[in-house]
Amino acid sequence: MRIVDRLSRAPWIWSWLAAFLVWFATIMVTGGASTLGLSQAALTFAAFSIIVGIGQMFVITLGPGNIDLSIPATMTLAGTVALKLMNVDNAMILPGLATAILIGIGIGLSNYALIKALRIPPIIATLSMSFIIQSAAIWTNRGLRIKPPNFLADFTTSTTLGVPNVSLVALVISVAAWFLLEKTVYGRWISAIGQSMPAARMAGVPVDGTRFVTYVLSAVLASLAGYLLACFSGGAALNMGTEYLLMSIAVVVLGGTAVAGGDSNVPGIWGASLFMFLVVSMLNTYGLGAGIRLIMTGLIIISVIMLAGGRQPGAR
Amino acid sequence: MRLTPSTDAIRLAIPALSLTVLLAAVFWLQPRAMSYIGLNLLFNLAVPIALATIAQMLIMSVNDLDLAMGTFVSFVACVTATFLRDDPLVGVLILAGSVAVYAMLGVVIHLRGLPSIVVSLGMSFVWAGLAVLLLPAPGGQAPEWIRSLMTMKPPLAPMAIVASILIAIVAHLIVMRSSLGVLIRGIGGNQRSVERAGWSVLAARAAAYGLAGVFAVLAGIALVGLTTSADANIALRYTLLSIAGVILGGGEFIGGRVSPIGAVIGALTLTLAGSFLSFLRIWPDWQIGAQGAILIIVLALRLLLNRLEYREKRR
Repeated sequence: MRIVDRLSRAPWIWSWLAAFLVWFATIMVTGGASTLGLSQAALTFAAFSIIVGIGQMFVITLGPGNIDLSIPATMTLAGTVALKLMNVDNAMILPGLATAILIGIGIGLSNYALIKALRIPPIIATLSMSFIIQSAAIWTNRGLRIKPPNFLADFTTSTTLGVPNVSLVALVISVAAWFLLEKTVYGRWISAIGQSMPAARMAGVPVDGTRFVTYVLSAVLASLAGYLLACFSGGAALNMGTEYLLMSIAVVVLGGTAVAGGDSNVPGIWGASLFMFLVVSMLNTYGLGAGIRLIMTGLIIISVIMLAGGRQPGAR
Repeated sequence: MRLTPSTDAIRLAIPALSLTVLLAAVFWLQPRAMSYIGLNLLFNLAVPIALATIAQMLIMSVNDLDLAMGTFVSFVACVTATFLRDDPLVGVLILAGSVAVYAMLGVVIHLRGLPSIVVSLGMSFVWAGLAVLLLPAPGGQAPEWIRSLMTMKPPLAPMAIVASILIAIVAHLIVMRSSLGVLIRGIGGNQRSVERAGWSVLAARAAAYGLAGVFAVLAGIALVGLTTSADANIALRYTLLSIAGVILGGGEFIGGRVSPIGAVIGALTLTLAGSFLSFLRIWPDWQIGAQGAILIIVLALRLLLNRLEYREKRR
């Protein structure tokens, strides 16, 4: 009984429960035939949302108003530039990765520069920034679709011991993020800032440095996800990041991270990302049209948050 | 009457100033825009954006955020181009129902203490799905009356300007002058004290959401009046535009600090930024980027003026 009690109070349990139920419901329809395929597909596609979701989670933890809307544009720019640089050459994989990460660092830097120097609310700062990044991506892309190097294309689309490689990458990042959040002073700092910025400042937390690192971290994770996604889908497309704008926010909040900030959790992001993919594939399996599918997705998101929510009355 | 301007006036002066500067720049680049027809073309699309911005502002004044604004306006546009034209009674019922849904969202968010961002995120899927069901492909046709209303040519000033001023006045009266408006902003300021004073926070939040629904419905109808047909994705960018409009107009995310007149001016500024860029003959690749840059410049201007104000106060 105590285990059940403790589990039901864990913020991440709801997203895992929902993901499992949807997974089960889908398998039942297909008579168990697609179990392995569905699970692998879910892990693969969820991996990208997990990577960007973790970045978004760090930002949201910083407190009300903190949100990174430049994630989709960052993914697109990093994917485009990296693929262009690598130019189907296996030897250029590491320089390509380094470029993607540098782009992420640059974007995170400019994001925070706007927020701090011009005192623009983060939503608007990252939104304006994303317009500029998007333009840069259009300018570099020029409608070309360059294939990723063979090794990367194989790596991102294949599995190790039945587990998709991209989800292993996501796992490594998640463990690192969990460690950062729970075991390091930096993790304590972002939670402290999210709970009360003035209090954190009085307590001697380096508020600006911490926020700065967090925005850079989010942009770097977004560019990494863009790099992997471009390789996975056989080339960068200008709209490849679009769906990750709402997705990154949805997985963070469905995963049990407080929207008001100061309380985050990594396992929930896995549950929520798997759930978001599985819902769509379940509704696809049922053979529903696009309209009904969208409505169902929305209603399911709302019911999950209604079941899981209400933990902190008065929170936004 | 004091001669020193109040904080509210300063709050309004900054967006008004940035709009004036931008307008002057447009006139300088293209003197022919300085005419009745020119102004109408420049601000034509501002009316639906202004209405959507007011709707977003109402939600923001109770410390919430609506990420479904764009899809909801698209949905309304689809209803307007189909039901409202072919079967006005059913159309009106659907729109009234959707306003009721908005009010209900306010109730649910309040009762369960849910994050508005996620609820509206979920609703954005619902509205998008309904819109796709109504109009799987772009089509439909605007009802005659709204078409003629939106293309009306009043004397003195073009329709777009007259409508924007009208929207600003109505929104100002509701949000700043009525007791309901004070109550709604009070929730944003300090929910607990409003509660202790004996008001029903639940009813006020439902009213804020319902009013937002009404303005968003008007935005959708006005949009179809301009475009003559609708599409399930017609207004998706309104979500971000409306948030940016409120902020440009001097509003804030928390604390119930909003300004309806500022919000309309913010919407006009955003619309004008697009025209300004096409007059600049900027490289098409960098159009969107330049729009971002304008947003940043306007906000930097605001910071500068805020600093000046602060210095005045300390003197």
